[in-house]
Amino acid sequence: MLLCNVAADHFNNCFLILMLGAVNVDLQTDATLQVDISDALSERDKVKFTVHTKSTLPNFKQNEFSVVRQHEEFIWLHDSFVENEEYAGYIIPPAPPKPDFDASREKLQKLGEGEGSMTKEEFTKMKQELEAEYLAIFKKTVAMHEVFLCRVAAHPVLRKDLNFHVFLEYNQDLSVRGKNKKEKLEDFFKNVVKSADGVLVAGVKDVDDFFEHEKTFLLEYHNRVKDSSAKSDRMIRSHKSAADDINRIASTLYTLGTQDSTDLCKFFLKVSELFEKTRKIEARVAADEDLKLADLLKYYLRESQAAKDLLYRRGRALVDYENANKALDKARAKNKDVLQAETTQQVCCQKFEKISESAKQELIDFKTRRVAAFRKNLVELAELELKHAKGNLQLLQSCLGVLKGDT
Amino acid sequence: MSCMRRFCHETQSHDSLHSCMCRRSVALLLLKMSEERDPAALSGSAQTEGEEDLFVSAMESPEAARLSAEDISPSSNGPRDDDPDDPDDLFAEATEEVSLDSPERQPILSDGPSPAITPVTISPRVDVFDRSPDLDEDEEENRDTFDIQISVSDPEKVGDGMNAYMVYKVMTKTSLSIFSRDEVCVKRRFSDFLGLHSKLASKYMHMGYIVPPAPEKSIVGMTKVKVGKEDLSSVEFVEKRRSALERYLLRTVKHPALLKDPDVLQFLESSELPRAVSTQALSGAGILRMVNKAADAVNKMTIKMNESDAWFEEKQQQFENLDVQLRKLHASVESLVCHRKELSVNTASFAKSAAMLGNSEDHTALSRALSQLAEVEEKIDQLHQDQSYADFYLISELLGDYVRLITAVKGVFDQRMKAWAKWQDAQVMLQRKREAEAKLQYASKPDKLQQATDEIREWEGKVQQGERDFEQISKNIRREVGRFEKDRVKDFRVVIIKYLESLVHTQQQLIKYWEAFLPEAKAIA
Repeated sequence: MLLCNVAADHFNNCFLILMLGAVNVDLQTDATLQVDISDALSERDKVKFTVHTKSTLPNFKQNEFSVVRQHEEFIWLHDSFVENEEYAGYIIPPAPPKPDFDASREKLQKLGEGEGSMTKEEFTKMKQELEAEYLAIFKKTVAMHEVFLCRVAAHPVLRKDLNFHVFLEYNQDLSVRGKNKKEKLEDFFKNVVKSADGVLVAGVKDVDDFFEHEKTFLLEYHNRVKDSSAKSDRMIRSHKSAADDINRIASTLYTLGTQDSTDLCKFFLKVSELFEKTRKIEARVAADEDLKLADLLKYYLRESQAAKDLLYRRGRALVDYENANKALDKARAKNKDVLQAETTQQVCCQKFEKISESAKQELIDFKTRRVAAFRKNLVELAELELKHAKGNLQLLQSCLGVLKGDT
Repeated sequence: MSCMRRFCHETQSHDSLHSCMCRRSVALLLLKMSEERDPAALSGSAQTEGEEDLFVSAMESPEAARLSAEDISPSSNGPRDDDPDDPDDLFAEATEEVSLDSPERQPILSDGPSPAITPVTISPRVDVFDRSPDLDEDEEENRDTFDIQISVSDPEKVGDGMNAYMVYKVMTKTSLSIFSRDEVCVKRRFSDFLGLHSKLASKYMHMGYIVPPAPEKSIVGMTKVKVGKEDLSSVEFVEKRRSALERYLLRTVKHPALLKDPDVLQFLESSELPRAVSTQALSGAGILRMVNKAADAVNKMTIKMNESDAWFEEKQQQFENLDVQLRKLHASVESLVCHRKELSVNTASFAKSAAMLGNSEDHTALSRALSQLAEVEEKIDQLHQDQSYADFYLISELLGDYVRLITAVKGVFDQRMKAWAKWQDAQVMLQRKREAEAKLQYASKPDKLQQATDEIREWEGKVQQGERDFEQISKNIRREVGRFEKDRVKDFRVVIIKYLESLVHTQQQLIKYWEAFLPEAKAIA
């Protein structure tokens, strides 16, 4: 119903840069591999991202190239990392959430249906707002896809992944279809098994203090981030609703101002104008809170889950290792299949140690990134809140001055 | 999360028309009351105070208003006089503001240049209320200050179970001499207020006076209070009602004719008031009211008035438009109040969540910053809550009051239509009587002829009276509408400025909180 063509120049605006910077403060712009989403197109039920790569690496045929990708292809890439045993010891950058314009689309549709029941000004105003909302959601989803790619590009091991290169370079359709029903059902069962297993694995006490601490910490942290994320969303929604109300009040005051026969008419018009402006500021406050706070929390919700998954994989490897040890002892005792048991034990041991080593570094990096991201966002949040409050204050005071002077 | 609920809309019978009191009996009553007071003493308060003095009295009134604010039951949410940052208790200001009266007050003691003579001295004329020519001049000339303060406070529950009711303390402070004392304190219950309104409406509405409507009944709200639920919503309900009753009384006494009304004086001063049983919905009078209302509605549809005066037509249209817009605005403001309360609740819940997150964060500096964030958000939630009270008590209630007032104004226009209809009916009757007489003359029945002639004279008199009444009510309405509009302009201006000031305060606090937080965020290392 509504085609939202976002041109390339819309994209290189502060919104994206901020979003990118918000969650990935440590990512240096490494000349060897730079990835970004230069354009995006929103069609009826899918979004097409133009992934643009600049690289000096020899693996690529050219130094600069672009391909068009859809959400499912990002998910395919992410899943391929998760399923790759080699990457078991890394925090896999969380997959971007699916673009969801349903709510916004519904609102636009309802507005279209209700066109007859409101005045022309009201209709255009509401239409503009809904379009702005649609645009904001659109920008966010693009940003989140870009963040995923940048994290992969910045990771010393993942950036070398073959699938990643194919994703960046192959200019035909990757023919990655979304999972069909059967596969989705399989996934569901896999998840159930995994979480049950996760509980078992988590119950095994770790010898290593560092990992034991991380386990407890991440579990609690993840739950609390989830809670905060939900609550911040609700808070911001209320804020938006209040801003909408002020909008309506401003409109009605305007009508009152034009109709009134007394001195109040000028008064109402002035106040209506004021509320129009303050409403815009309130809406910006809500939007900035959304960006700096809610998005931050949402991102770390996903990252902390990825970190938990890493710990799970390590825990699994530990259990396997311990089981292999027990099997080896048993085999030695019975003096049967000892060689086989030895090789299994060796394999498990190596796997476990490999994971442990990289996991430790990953978790330390995770903490550093997290602290930096929170710092940046909280500082920016406070600065923006201050800026808006001061703006609001100035508007209110100047209007008050005029109104009081009139009397 | 509790939105302010719309209370049950049993609008008061501001246009109740049970039998008009005979003008003569009213005149006698006033005469009697004037005998009880020394007419000379009534001239006393012809002070010509300037605007500065008014503000002095405004400074003093905070005590009265504060008193009422503080005396509210401790579990009330409204006044936050314990907050050191907030010396201008939003509540006290709200009550104070409403009790402030304008410098251009119509004088109580009007009637000519000489202040020694009072209009309350009753001349035994039949139409007592026809003092309008004098009042008109004096409204412009004699700008005395309107020195009366009324506060409604101390709601107390009396009795229990379904027979329980709330009693409010009504305190009047005044230097006007129509009152017997400078300071009077009486106890009244809600039905007393309704009774007062009912009496005033029946006396004055049909003359075209805009009688301020009483606050609405609320079965739901009251039942909760009766049942003894001490929860937040019933406390808020009582506070809302207390505030509404106060505004009602202040509006009533602002009206120059109503202030002098014996029922009003009795209401404010006498310790015992006969129970206003007729205000109950299912009483005999209540049912009569409903019947009358229905009859009025039907009549309104059938009366087609030839409006000769464009002013009235224009004004009616304006009030119609104003009504529509005010209702719309009221709805939006109520929605804002609801959402702001929601925002406050959600912010508080986020604050708690952020505190928990800070606790589980193992990086010390970040943990501290998150706790600070939680504190800031908690303060902000309080700010939102206070702002929502301002939204409500300043704007929403004002709008609600004006929506009801405009209904009263429309009622007064309807009364004029009725007066016109009565006059027209009398003319029709006269015509018929004349025709009947003409017929009788031909039939030559001398005794019946005499009767017919008498009847003609009677109806001629009625036609004249009808015309006089119609002109009188038209004149009254013009004056009343002028006064109403002036008050409206003032009320809205004052309230909106107050509201903007509350918004300014909120932003200033926000700036303070975020400025305190910023260094904490920057300190994360």
